[in-house]
Amino acid sequence: MSENVAVIGIGHSKFGTRKDVNIAELCWESMKPAFETANLEPKDIDFFVVSNAGMWSSEAAIPALIAEYADLAPKGSMRVEAACASGSAALRVGYTAVKSGMVDLALILGVEKMQESPNPNVIELIGRFGSYFWEFENFGLTFPAYYALHGTAYMMKYGATEEDYAKVAVKNHYYGAKNPYAQFQKEIDVETVLKSPYIAWPFKLFDCSPITDGSACVILASEEKVKELGIDEKVWILGQGVGTGTANLSRREEFTSLASARYAAEQAYKMAGIDIDDPANYLDGANVHDCFTAPEIIAYEDLRFCKRGEGYKLIRDEQTYIGGKIPVNIDGGLKAKGHPIGATGVSQAVEAYKQLLQKAEPGRQADINKGRWLAHNVGGTGHYTYVTIYGLEKR
Amino acid sequence: MNEEVKKNMEEFGFPVIVDEKSGAMQWVDMRELRLRYIISVENIKPFYEGLREGKLMATKCKKCGRIFFPPQKDCPSCFDSDIEWVELKKEGTLETMTVVFVKPPSFGQYDPYPVAIAKLDDGPRILAWYSGDPQQVKPGQRVKVQVSRRKEGYLMYELAPI
Ligand SMILES: [Zn+2]
Repeated sequence: MSENVAVIGIGHSKFGTRKDVNIAELCWESMKPAFETANLEPKDIDFFVVSNAGMWSSEAAIPALIAEYADLAPKGSMRVEAACASGSAALRVGYTAVKSGMVDLALILGVEKMQESPNPNVIELIGRFGSYFWEFENFGLTFPAYYALHGTAYMMKYGATEEDYAKVAVKNHYYGAKNPYAQFQKEIDVETVLKSPYIAWPFKLFDCSPITDGSACVILASEEKVKELGIDEKVWILGQGVGTGTANLSRREEFTSLASARYAAEQAYKMAGIDIDDPANYLDGANVHDCFTAPEIIAYEDLRFCKRGEGYKLIRDEQTYIGGKIPVNIDGGLKAKGHPIGATGVSQAVEAYKQLLQKAEPGRQADINKGRWLAHNVGGTGHYTYVTIYGLEKR
Repeated sequence: MNEEVKKNMEEFGFPVIVDEKSGAMQWVDMRELRLRYIISVENIKPFYEGLREGKLMATKCKKCGRIFFPPQKDCPSCFDSDIEWVELKKEGTLETMTVVFVKPPSFGQYDPYPVAIAKLDDGPRILAWYSGDPQQVKPGQRVKVQVSRRKEGYLMYELAPI
């Protein structure tokens, strides 16, 4: 058993429309730098996990595909799926495998090539991530619509406005513009968001994360392996919590919060030794699952960066920019960086490593004083939530 | 299949196109798959029998009284499958809503549709299309469950303002 598990290598592909590469090539784009930063070769890896939601792309046996392309055969592997939280689910599998002592080095690869299918097909498929039979089959809910039901409930209960939501998009585009790996490297203003066409009221085009191709990769190592390899640059996984929500939204008690996120956060904070009543004070920043604008605000509350009903004030007062109470999604978030479903959770891990080791690009590096970073990754509409805490010092 | 693919297949020999934006060559898959699932409703037949008569049916565990909607045939609290079917009162209060403008292609024949979640007076919540004007919805909006025939020809429940 390994008391602690570290991220010792990272890689990130350019996110966006990647018609220039096939799936295996896109995988290698993030695997290569992950091997290089860890100073390892494929033969060193004991076990690898691939997160990929698939359906819209041609290849299903991606672990085998990359075993072949990147010389990982005959090492053990699997593909995991937890909707938009697939990346964190893959991390969970690798993390527990290393922590248990079963393996010393695990490679986690998240990849999605959504644009192998036309957009309408992707919209159709992604809407099926909730309760297919009761909520999709007859009522045609889409992914934005599921979250819009939360966005509306939040506005009705707390008096937040569409303009507040727009401010989340403005912030995330502001930082996306400074991230060379982001799909949208362009700043926008509130007007742009408010004037964009409705997708699912109250969400407009610019409230929504895009359809993205991309991959991200991390290599996890046991404490013993870190010592043996003499690795200087690494971040430790201090804790991870996981929660699951009901398939049907109609089986839930409220729509201004995600119960699975609150549950996962509580576990992660406990494991990482963070005071649940004041977590922002323990963190230098966070990546939260902003597949749409409103869920970023709801995440502030589920993660207890502020009280319930006050999340919209954090963005209004620019408290989630660098220099504020807690910087959030300063890589552009899903909104501007892009949201290649299976890669997103792994991309968040890459960002935690870069931020904590102060390797983020100019203009988007947070001040690192506390040495801890949080990643909040939601699958479906709170159908799954993973909260992971990374740190410079092991527990 | 689009004309460009056909033309390239004849002239060049392969089903390829050049992506307009990136200029990158793409192989256009020759294997098209259409999906339509066959889903068992054997154990919730009374739900559909009720709906035909305009009733909203739920299941209730005979042991603990727990009500399930959408209906389910097993009670995980009691490890028991001794359930009965009960009719829910068809009124409740709207809790949240959205209007779906960008639709899945399989809903392409419909205009943008409002979807709402209501809490029924009997306890369970229900998600369905809302037949009223979404702009007229007020906090605490009272709604009723009614049955209408879909464009595809089948019966389905919806929410309507009272
Ligand atoms: Zn029971």
